[in-house]
Amino acid sequence: MEALIELIYGIPVLGLVAQLLGYLLAVLPNISPIILRAAVPIAFAALCGVICERSGVVNIGIEGTMLVAAFVGWAAGVYLAPMIGPTSAAGVPFGITPTLLLALLLAVLSGVVVALLHAWLSISVRADQIIVGTIINIAAFGVTGYVNTLMATGSPTGAGSFRPFVPPKELTDLPVVGWLVEMFLFQGPIGISLLLVVIVFQVFLYRSRWGLRTRAVGEHPRGAETVGIDVIRLRYRNVLLGGLLAAIGGAFLSLEVTGSFQQGMTAGRGFIGLAAMIVGRWTPLGAFGAALLFASSAAIGDSIEISPPAGDLGTLLGGLPGQLFDALPYVVTIVVLAGVIGRSTPPAADGLPYEREATT
Amino acid sequence: MRLVSRAWAVLALPIISIVLSVLVGSIVIILSEWLVAGELEPALAVAAYGALLQGSIGSPAAIVSTLVAATPLLLAGLSVGLAFKAGLFNIGAQGQFLMGALAAVAVGVTLKDSPAPVAIALSLLAGTLAGAVTGFVPGFLKATSGAHEVVTTIMLNFIATAILAAVVSGPLDVPGSPSPITDDVGQASLPVIFGRNGHLGVLYAPLIALFYGWLLFRTTRGFEIRTTGANPDAARYAGMSPRGIIIWTMTGAGLLAGLAGATELLGVNHQMTASYGTTVGFDAIAVALLGRTNPLGIVLAAILFGGMRAGAPLMQIQAGVPAELVGVVQATILFFLVASPVIRRVFRIRAARTGLEDAATFTKSYGGEVTTR
Repeated sequence: MEALIELIYGIPVLGLVAQLLGYLLAVLPNISPIILRAAVPIAFAALCGVICERSGVVNIGIEGTMLVAAFVGWAAGVYLAPMIGPTSAAGVPFGITPTLLLALLLAVLSGVVVALLHAWLSISVRADQIIVGTIINIAAFGVTGYVNTLMATGSPTGAGSFRPFVPPKELTDLPVVGWLVEMFLFQGPIGISLLLVVIVFQVFLYRSRWGLRTRAVGEHPRGAETVGIDVIRLRYRNVLLGGLLAAIGGAFLSLEVTGSFQQGMTAGRGFIGLAAMIVGRWTPLGAFGAALLFASSAAIGDSIEISPPAGDLGTLLGGLPGQLFDALPYVVTIVVLAGVIGRSTPPAADGLPYEREATT
Repeated sequence: MRLVSRAWAVLALPIISIVLSVLVGSIVIILSEWLVAGELEPALAVAAYGALLQGSIGSPAAIVSTLVAATPLLLAGLSVGLAFKAGLFNIGAQGQFLMGALAAVAVGVTLKDSPAPVAIALSLLAGTLAGAVTGFVPGFLKATSGAHEVVTTIMLNFIATAILAAVVSGPLDVPGSPSPITDDVGQASLPVIFGRNGHLGVLYAPLIALFYGWLLFRTTRGFEIRTTGANPDAARYAGMSPRGIIIWTMTGAGLLAGLAGATELLGVNHQMTASYGTTVGFDAIAVALLGRTNPLGIVLAAILFGGMRAGAPLMQIQAGVPAELVGVVQATILFFLVASPVIRRVFRIRAARTGLEDAATFTKSYGGEVTTR
């Protein structure tokens, strides 16, 4: 067996591919929980994009929505912790405290408020949706930066963070699927809920009345209106739901990963989410898959830096700049969008403000 | 009198937006002070804006700083404005700026001991070309495959950041430096013309704005750009090629943003770290929107935002109000501009052409068909 592998690895070019596959197989089980953790905010951002654009509203402001939620989650913890106190019982799963739950709730609420602003400007005022999203991003960066600088003078501590669930050893040691169990269960509450949210969203979008209506409104709003669907109301509701999803993704950063806030801590994840939505062809499952792919790219890049593979592959990868793996998701998105590998077409009425006929 | 009312029709919305935003800014200052320090102090807003004004126009040195800060905003604002005119949204000014700065530093470091005119000219040229190439890509993709420029330019922004970090920490890194940083551009630095830091770019940026106005309103190509922005189908029936115009305009927009990056690097920074970043890309969108894509408007908007950036540090030192307040005010101005139908109703302003209505069609081509067959 060993000799056979040596032989295959020795073939020029093809051998390198085999070496890469071998390396990935060896590394993936170890870094899989890290990949999912990196994919969570991207996936929530992408789901926000899917729900908005499927009903015909372009949302470029996901990044800003996430940033606001991340900040509010942390800031709420700072103010609430002295009042309620970090009363964490030892046996509570995920290290949940009342403060953390309230902070999460307020973070989600702030995301919905930002989404309401987006919805009002793009649906009712009928301003250009891309400009609206851009403004939300600029405003979110300015406002969170301003208040953060004000608060930072006292160097406050927040409400801490959710702890990951540790799955029982019997499950993670299972052959073949053990690492998958670890990947999806060795997570905090938001990380674990992601898979559930994706599946529920996918089923509802294609198997429920709401889903059918959402898709109809995104493809042909006039037709939808003629069969009695309230286009404006449905769009409002979906944009608000999208804000909720993006806010969970933002709160994940400050309440589950770090327990703190840094200026601009979303670092473009809202935009990568947009990319994941496109590569996933505007479907929840596809977007989740793309988010996983994008997160793996970065994680594998880090892994190569920390423990480079042996042999020819190691020298080859060692010569590549590490930033290559950071840029890969964006290159993939452009390639997909340009139609080189399969085609990705947005919903037909995406971005078009809807005006009722004969409104007075 | 006619002239006054016409001027008011054009200027009312921006002026009202700015005034309202300054008011919102003071409320934010007073409220946040009350929340953090627990005391209500209305005078703080006056002190903050006083320091902001003093730091931006209070002395000759402050005015020079304002102009220096306005220069990249002006050039990048023209980039976004040019794209707006053709119905394109260039969120990619950021990436084009970075690629322009990167190319300028690469050539500048190579020519740091050459005669200054040669070094400066070649570095600026390299920067503009790099920006143009970065702008060409989304234009070409939109024209050939319909990939929407908003998404492709956002992706290119991140790709540009990665390329910059890779090049600065790789081939351009000075050996032995504790963290990746390039050499100084030496002779390729833009000469300081006036004051402590008023570099050559401050002089040529307004000339580029003049050229932008001439191109858009006095040439056939400008007419084609504006027609394509207003109605690509009509442009096609009139015998123009919207696809060609899209590629041309995005390349031109990239060129302007690249020049902005090269100017900022050669005039202000002189060298580059691997984490070299900027907010110019997004500020430029604000400048182009507030300036209504009009060359004079963009110049004024760039000076306004440049002044706020230049005065912000003094505001933070003297009044203790975080410099980020500038971002809040800037975003609020944009918010009022976008909510213009509401503002118009409240303040009873007659609708004037904003110069944007023919351009505000970016999202129209987002879903479904691209009109430029």
